[in-house]
Amino acid sequence: METDKIHRWHDMGGQPAGDINREEHDFALWEKRVDALQVLTSSKGYFTVDGLRRVLEDMGEDAFETMTYYERWVQSVNQNLLEAGVYTIAELAERMEQVQSRGETYGECAGSGE
Amino acid sequence: MPHDHHDHSDDTQGLSPSGHPYKPDQDHKLTRWQAMEIAMRELLIEKGIVTAAEITATVEQMDRRSPADGAKVVARAWVDPAFKARLLQNGTEAIREIGVEPGVLKLIAVENTPEVHNVVVCTLCSCYPRNLLGLPPDWYKQRAYRSRVVKTPRKVLAEFGLELPDTVQVRVHDSTADMRYLVLPARPEGTDKLDETALAALVSRDAMIGVATARHP
Amino acid sequence: MERAQKVRVKNWHPPGHVRAPMYLRGKTGEIERELGPFANPEELAYGHKASRRRLLRVRFTMGELWGAEAENPADILEAEIYEHWLDPINAT
Repeated sequence: METDKIHRWHDMGGQPAGDINREEHDFALWEKRVDALQVLTSSKGYFTVDGLRRVLEDMGEDAFETMTYYERWVQSVNQNLLEAGVYTIAELAERMEQVQSRGETYGECAGSGE
Repeated sequence: MPHDHHDHSDDTQGLSPSGHPYKPDQDHKLTRWQAMEIAMRELLIEKGIVTAAEITATVEQMDRRSPADGAKVVARAWVDPAFKARLLQNGTEAIREIGVEPGVLKLIAVENTPEVHNVVVCTLCSCYPRNLLGLPPDWYKQRAYRSRVVKTPRKVLAEFGLELPDTVQVRVHDSTADMRYLVLPARPEGTDKLDETALAALVSRDAMIGVATARHP
Repeated sequence: MERAQKVRVKNWHPPGHVRAPMYLRGKTGEIERELGPFANPEELAYGHKASRRRLLRVRFTMGELWGAEAENPADILEAEIYEHWLDPINAT
């Protein structure tokens, strides 16, 4: 590859790659909720799908290889909401601490789910 | 078919109605990403940006969407040449006719014929006609498919069990921007007597991505 | 730029969020259809009010994209490219 070309990791077309793993799974409730938060907040104009993609791309290849799809998404949605001024970092930190103190599992910490 | 994770949260060994294992969820130790989702959701609700009901409705809508919607579109196109013409002309408007609300979806339908086979990918991320087919399969989002199908589509299709003769032209559609793609598979032979419902049952998700053909009855 | 117009994708390599894939840059194809104006993702991604750009579907042959490595040079790849990434090639 020519050195003056910046090849961004997410731009995969034509790159060498291994076998296709056709194993599939359904998504967990928390993952669907991340998706729903993205759909709702972007449809209400707080950010765009391109903003979502920008942050995913800027997270880099290591995140792609080591984190699950919705782990990356929740980080990107959060980044976009912070940039839009929807809540502050301190508000998020305080609430995460409170959430984590509620119990051990997602079910316990998510309360009634509402 | 939608499923309810609340009923299955202790059944992580089982298979879902769609035949796939459940992802660990409710009963596993809370991860920081899950804590973040809960915190973000609560803050968004408290600030009046979204309501809990909207989130529930959006998740339910996600669960309702499935390749069955796409299969209905394909079956209609097989039995109704005028609909097929409208579908190929303007996919977004045509799917409204059979009760699929496109929402933000802008659809291009591409037709498989004896001369042409179409296959869809998104090399830059994982764009997919979610409003028509539900969420994409894992392999559609992974590196191997995204990298290889634009360069060696015939080899990739062969790995999916689809060997194409040289007389068939392969067309790969890379969803690089605002459009999403539906492959209209060829109608299998020997299906003249089947009604639309029976025809739709022959159309798999993979056939509408273009990595398979419609099933023979 | 109208249907069947020959075009070359710009061989730009900026660092930010763009939707013109690397493997198409510098390659020649022809307009398959025009899709109309869409908000420019390169501005949307950074939270700006975006200008609208014409979006075009461009058809490439696998022979053009991959040369001798193509499985079948007459096979086709189609992608959507915004107008500011395309240079028209006029017959001389």
